[in-house]
Amino acid sequence: MTQPLTRPKRKNPLKKTRLPLSPHAVRSRAAHGLTAAAAQGRFELQVCLDCKAVIYPVRDACPACLSARVAFAPVANGGTVLAETTVRVSTEPYFRERVPWRVGMVKLDVGPVVIAHLHGDVLEGQRARLQFKLDKGGAPVAIALPEKDTPNMADDPQWREMTCDPKFRRVLITDGRTAVGQAMAKAFSQAGAATVFVGVADGWKPFAGMDALPAIERVEIVPLDLTDTESVRELAEQNGGRVDILVNTAEHVRPGGLIGRHGLTVAREEMDIRYLGLVRLAQAFGPAMGARGADGVNSAAAFVNLLSVHALVNWPAYGAYSATEAACLSAAQCLRAELRPGGVKVMNVFFGPLETDWFQTIPPPKVAPATLANAVVDALKKGLEDVFVGDVAEDIRARLAANPKAVEREIGE
Amino acid sequence: MAFNLRSFALGIADGSIKVIDLTHTLSQEFPTIVLPPEFGQCAPFRMEEVSRYDERGPAWYWNNITVGEHTGTHFDAPIHWISGKDLANNSVDTIDPAKFIAPAAVIDCSQECAADADFMLTVPFVESWERQHGRIEAGNWVLLRTDWSKRPYAGYAGLRDDGAHTPGPTPAVVKWLVEERDVHGFGTETIGTDYGQGQHFNPPYPAHFYMHGKGRFGLQCLTNLDLLPAKGAVIFAAPLKIKQGSGSPLRVLALLGQDAG
Repeated sequence: MTQPLTRPKRKNPLKKTRLPLSPHAVRSRAAHGLTAAAAQGRFELQVCLDCKAVIYPVRDACPACLSARVAFAPVANGGTVLAETTVRVSTEPYFRERVPWRVGMVKLDVGPVVIAHLHGDVLEGQRARLQFKLDKGGAPVAIALPEKDTPNMADDPQWREMTCDPKFRRVLITDGRTAVGQAMAKAFSQAGAATVFVGVADGWKPFAGMDALPAIERVEIVPLDLTDTESVRELAEQNGGRVDILVNTAEHVRPGGLIGRHGLTVAREEMDIRYLGLVRLAQAFGPAMGARGADGVNSAAAFVNLLSVHALVNWPAYGAYSATEAACLSAAQCLRAELRPGGVKVMNVFFGPLETDWFQTIPPPKVAPATLANAVVDALKKGLEDVFVGDVAEDIRARLAANPKAVEREIGE
Repeated sequence: MAFNLRSFALGIADGSIKVIDLTHTLSQEFPTIVLPPEFGQCAPFRMEEVSRYDERGPAWYWNNITVGEHTGTHFDAPIHWISGKDLANNSVDTIDPAKFIAPAAVIDCSQECAADADFMLTVPFVESWERQHGRIEAGNWVLLRTDWSKRPYAGYAGLRDDGAHTPGPTPAVVKWLVEERDVHGFGTETIGTDYGQGQHFNPPYPAHFYMHGKGRFGLQCLTNLDLLPAKGAVIFAAPLKIKQGSGSPLRVLALLGQDAG
């Protein structure tokens, strides 16, 4: 039985902050098939297209029939723990700080035996669910979970190393003026975040929901204007060391492409709020977050970008908006590489049109702000990196995987 | 007129001519006018450090700034409004620079505004002011003292469900000031020269429509009007020389001689 986490004590200010370390992160190119699946929360192994053998560890050819036609595919993740051991001494700096650490061998029902980290509620001889997770260094690793959910299982220390659970963490929602920002504040409060800082720009300007927002449990309103470098810096100077999960809810949705728009005012605003806003946040909050990736129960854990799925393929009806989102996606990839050594995950959450004013004329399916917020919390609990929320996002993901040129063409018609 | 500029300069130096700053600091937080979101918006003041004695420039500190022409304490040129679009010399770069210096009549309605955010300046109110202070002379700025500049930003912007609630002039009084008093322009402490709900007047935004339609100027987001006498202050308000500019942030100074008051 997992011991429930207790709220961490206030930090002793005389103690040095433990710096982030990563387990070994080098993987073969083929093994990044596991990275891709783990990033999105799928369980995939290589399957031989010729003899149908399921293959693990990752190889360039099928060990059964020597065919080179092996491809990652979803497979069943059930198995039995054959053996377990507890590592008490390690030469790896990352594990030295975290022993005792349980590992074991799991015989999957689909064939292979996998050496995996063991969740505390999994014992030798028991049935287990195997998952691939991205560890603190962003590399895919196997972890065996109990067959059925157990009480407090999210609090298991080994599991928590691989997730970004908001429980007892301090969260910054960057824009509370929007429906999405407010839904996010509610979702994180319900998920047990210790503090939910919610940024509000232009406090002199009323907004829908402004009275309900401060009433949400553990919400603290902070002045934050993502278009104002000084405002972002000031908040980071005061609270940067207390932000464990940052969720950038800034949005600027306006219809229109390139030619039809008259002038650049709106395009500049889009880039200022979205792209430059992200850069400002990265510069102001990135250093402290990247230094606090191993800072105990409430270590810095995740930087969350909310991105239109049209960052992946331009939607000409909202063409300039899509271009801005694409810039944000590119920046997020850079930020991911920059924060990886700090043990902080950069999570990109893709969605289609939202159930908000600026998509008023767009027919359903649309994503409700609360749905998006719950998806973000859920994905953090699972430690994902790339998340697709709603039918439009899922559809575009699938179609892009099949034929990106066709999507580009169809979406503009 | 016999006049001695040297004694003017000496008067400034020895303090017998007082210089009062009517300008708000250009800051990121200061409210900018809010239009419905489907319209283009005026950019707020923003500042990016270029260097500060660091690796970006070891011995010097400087910033790049961005503003709209109507950000912070600013000047409105006639070309700003459609009614003034065809006038000669209607943009900040072509206005006769002599017009950047003019006397001011300051109408104090701060008490009325304290009680009523929707206070409207009317012709009878100005006539009553004139009975006390004398007729507004041609070529004077008319500055509306509301003490609005002393309000916290939320009250200053005055935004409610139905838009801004801030004091301003009726269409009749603006027309009257231009046609019957031949004023130089109209200046306010509020975000615009017009009443907060001025879009519902006929014509909408009369301070803009009539003033600029007759080649007169606007000043807004002024402060320290409570330090000015009803008559006698001289206003120095020279906008940036922006090519075809509709206005500009600027430093507005009031000069007070010993004759003022």
